[in-house]
Amino acid sequence: MTQLNRLNGGLISRGSPLNFTFDGKEYAGYQGDTLASALLANGVRLMGRSFKYHRPRGVIASGSEEPNALVELRTRGRQEPNTRATVTELFGGLSARSQNRFPSLKHDFMAINDRLSNFLSAGFYYKTFMWPAPLWEKLYEPIIRKAAGLGSVSLDPDPDTYEHGYLHCDLLIVGSGPAGLAAALTAARAGARVVLAEEDFEMGGRLIAESSSFVNQSGAEWVAGVLEELGALPNVRLMKRATVHGAYDHGTYGVVERVADHLAEPPAGTPRQIHWRIYARKAVLCAGATERPIAFENNDRPGIMLAGAVRAYVNRWAAAPAQTVAVFTNNDDGHRTAKDLLAKDVNVSAVIDVRHDAPDVDGAELFKGAQVVDSTGKLGLESVKLRLSNGEIRTIDCGALAVSGGWNPNVHLTCHQRGRPIWDDEIAAFVPDTKLPVGLSVAGAANGVFSTAAALKTGMKTAKKALLDLDIQAPTVALPEAEDSAMNLKPFWFVKEGRGRAWLDYQNDVTVKDVRLAHQEGYKSPEHLKRYTTLGMATDQGKTANVLGLAVMSEMTGASIPETGTTIFRPPYTPIALGTLAGSTTGRHLAPTRKTPSHVWAQELGAEFVEAGNWLRARWFKKPGEKTWQETVNREVTTVRSRVGLCDVSTLGKIDVQGTDAAEFLNKVYANAFAKLPVGKTRYGLMLREDGIVYDDGTAARLAEDHFVVTTTTANAVLVYRNMEFARQCLWPELDVQLISTTEAWAQYAVAGPRSRDLLRKIVDAEFDISNEAFPFMACGEITVCGGFKARLFRISFSGELAYEIAVPRRYGDALIRALMAAGEEFGVAPYGTEALDVLRIEKGHAIGNELNGTTTALNLGLGKMVNRKKDCIGQVLSTREELADPEGLRLVGFKPVNRTDKIVGGAHLMNKDEPTDIKNDQGYITSAGFSATLGHSIAIGFLKNGSGRIGELVRAVNPLQESEIEVEVVSAHFVDPEGDRLRA
Amino acid sequence: MIINHPLLGPRDSQEFSYLGDASLLDRPDWHDVSALQKFHDYLYLRDNPAGEHRELWYHEAGDRSWLVVTRNTLTHEISKVELAQDVADRKDHKK
Repeated sequence: MTQLNRLNGGLISRGSPLNFTFDGKEYAGYQGDTLASALLANGVRLMGRSFKYHRPRGVIASGSEEPNALVELRTRGRQEPNTRATVTELFGGLSARSQNRFPSLKHDFMAINDRLSNFLSAGFYYKTFMWPAPLWEKLYEPIIRKAAGLGSVSLDPDPDTYEHGYLHCDLLIVGSGPAGLAAALTAARAGARVVLAEEDFEMGGRLIAESSSFVNQSGAEWVAGVLEELGALPNVRLMKRATVHGAYDHGTYGVVERVADHLAEPPAGTPRQIHWRIYARKAVLCAGATERPIAFENNDRPGIMLAGAVRAYVNRWAAAPAQTVAVFTNNDDGHRTAKDLLAKDVNVSAVIDVRHDAPDVDGAELFKGAQVVDSTGKLGLESVKLRLSNGEIRTIDCGALAVSGGWNPNVHLTCHQRGRPIWDDEIAAFVPDTKLPVGLSVAGAANGVFSTAAALKTGMKTAKKALLDLDIQAPTVALPEAEDSAMNLKPFWFVKEGRGRAWLDYQNDVTVKDVRLAHQEGYKSPEHLKRYTTLGMATDQGKTANVLGLAVMSEMTGASIPETGTTIFRPPYTPIALGTLAGSTTGRHLAPTRKTPSHVWAQELGAEFVEAGNWLRARWFKKPGEKTWQETVNREVTTVRSRVGLCDVSTLGKIDVQGTDAAEFLNKVYANAFAKLPVGKTRYGLMLREDGIVYDDGTAARLAEDHFVVTTTTANAVLVYRNMEFARQCLWPELDVQLISTTEAWAQYAVAGPRSRDLLRKIVDAEFDISNEAFPFMACGEITVCGGFKARLFRISFSGELAYEIAVPRRYGDALIRALMAAGEEFGVAPYGTEALDVLRIEKGHAIGNELNGTTTALNLGLGKMVNRKKDCIGQVLSTREELADPEGLRLVGFKPVNRTDKIVGGAHLMNKDEPTDIKNDQGYITSAGFSATLGHSIAIGFLKNGSGRIGELVRAVNPLQESEIEVEVVSAHFVDPEGDRLRA
Repeated sequence: MIINHPLLGPRDSQEFSYLGDASLLDRPDWHDVSALQKFHDYLYLRDNPAGEHRELWYHEAGDRSWLVVTRNTLTHEISKVELAQDVADRKDHKK
């Protein structure tokens, strides 16, 4: 296959030809090509359609600033829309497709928008779709959504992996052009730890795109020599394909390294991309500059490109954009393009220079003081129309036009921490603010220093200065003799002639007309301009457009560009795939999965698990023959009430509290008193927030005068510990107390039911008397089990039965639960899960998270007396606030359905019998509901206004979401054994 | 952000959880005649300065120290980091 526009030379590997497809058609390129350079070499200029007007578009740039040539790569799970062809490295078998066209790139139905452009100007959506309002959702939005957007995503999961990495260095250098390489050499020779990050897949920046950077050698030769030296040094890390996307606080930089984007698929064990967080003591921004176009009528035809990009394609990739090229410039830099094209035997049909004093050109016709006023060509440029200095109109044939309007320093990273770029009249561009992110300095073109010699020098100097701040003396590096020419730019932004559209922002289709309209309608500040016209709001963040837009606005207002405003950039520098930010934390890896020591045992018994925070807890243990989970749960509940059940409660938070002031400390963090709790006793405790609302409950067991073990709910284990540390360190530092979380250190099981003592007697070593007299309700102690193994026993009960909790170091958890099961066989023991646990506690009216829901006080819970008023504790004072202490307020009570077969639904709201169902008459709500196996019908607990005074009353539990409503009777929340005889048995 | 922990040196802020204004160290006396009002103000009335701010950070994924960090909310410059316990101790001695 012939590559029509392929030239000689370049930095491509002609020994490695590669085949690829674009819109299904086969092409050939070489290793070292980008998709854009390979398409140009094959004579393909048309690469996409614009966003709004569906105008035919080709590539205009040669780097990441490209606004036009967005394509879709790969297929299925790896399908990737809106990828810039200019940074897509060619690989064998690459399949790329154009976007935003139907049925094909050449024949696009939506190109009708282009004819309708008079109606689709800035603010079109705001003005048109205002009314009638109902049409928005049903008609306008679906149509706009279908028409907008460029590429499409596949709904298949991404098969690749992404990782996060961390690096530390003395000096981070962003960009590997002349400034970056000089900085890197300087720092590397000084022995500093250096990271050099380059977004391209080749180091060198403009040095590998230009033909005459140095006097005695080519740019590529010098770059190769420098890289050889740097590559051999252990203190230097060279990162290609690595975009520094943001400058964050305190010298932290975000970097995306595209490890395998240039391959058909990543090799096994290799991530597709790595997101690096680089901690740099100092950083130098050597990000270069981006060329800006000049706006004129129909300046968006495929073939109209930036002049520097044309040089890059010709010199680096040996690809001519067309057989005949013209140049349109306002500075000397444009002339370089003509020279390089001519050197490669490409026909240059004209050099059009707006300056009357333009230097002469050898080998091409020069039009001084002339302007390009229009262009022709349906799917690609055919000719341009000039207005000569004498007013004459001339048409010049050309397949490409290289446009140079000057260069804008890449100040992006300097803006990431409130820096606002400053206007520099000398180069007619914004340069970095003097107020830079801490540790960052700027060198080379990014700082407005455009010649190679000056870039090298400032790169070295800036690195030296940064290192000196770190007390590192860097040597002076001998730099090669390099070009040091001026640009001689005459600011010229847009051609005023013509009534058609002149594009500023290609990606979002913003034209000079749109800026004029914005001005006319009062949107004059850059922030308003941007939002009204969408200038600079596309995925390229207006890298080639923003300054041009400001220039047009300043023309309208009559103010200078710096008076008109400035433009700042936010991270990321270029778009980042969400998968890269997520890294490996996807699916099950989003958070750790916590399993208790007896997880395998529960699995063996066929437990169904439920997530409780990050924990997996057994929900129920289904036995063969049981048809529904309700049947299983009923059996488990009945087993506990009649025989004995075992439940894994290892997930409860456990905090060890030690010190001579441990009791005094607990007095402060619990609402109820602990100071007088005797050794060997456990007490239920209620924790308040400082605002008086209950936030957690649990038990505290006193194992010694100066030693307590505190439990928390599973959900609040981390929070309670954090708050207790706050109380210890920040509020009462004078107390002698130490805390440690022991949640993972102990495996703990509830042994509940009338036969629990009988069971435990077979496990607990004989020297420990656990009779009711020796070890009564709420007793605790350190014991041994199974012949000398250390354990803790607590006689506490969540189920309301005679019950214990027994804890062993976690490594014995599995052995203990199996021993308990074996010992319990003769008593008919069964394991029970969280669902039965829930039914058992509702039957007893015990609160959990549903009731401790962040709005309820101890008084609401019916535990008002637990808040001890004779001591200071967190939340005590504010719990006395009038609104919280309302005697007629919500109280926790129980509910039974009047019709016993009715089912009460959690979340239902309570209404009086004869009042309408509305918020005004709301009497409270159901917090927990379930089927009581013990009573044989549905029961519930919940909060009712003045609830404890309304026992026996009938109210309605309404559930408007399911349009259901039942009558319920208000009862005590203690459905089973209200006197508590069973737990004291 | 990097927080220069008094005991552990520079640590990434990802290791910490944030609480807020360090005035939370100044918990009122519950015996005070206007305790209700004082606790109300203590809990709900905070300054939100654009500039220097003393605030509480907890080294949750570290040594579990509570720190008082003096940070400029505009620039994120951190000018001082102290152990909250030391700050609280000093207050305690002044009482």
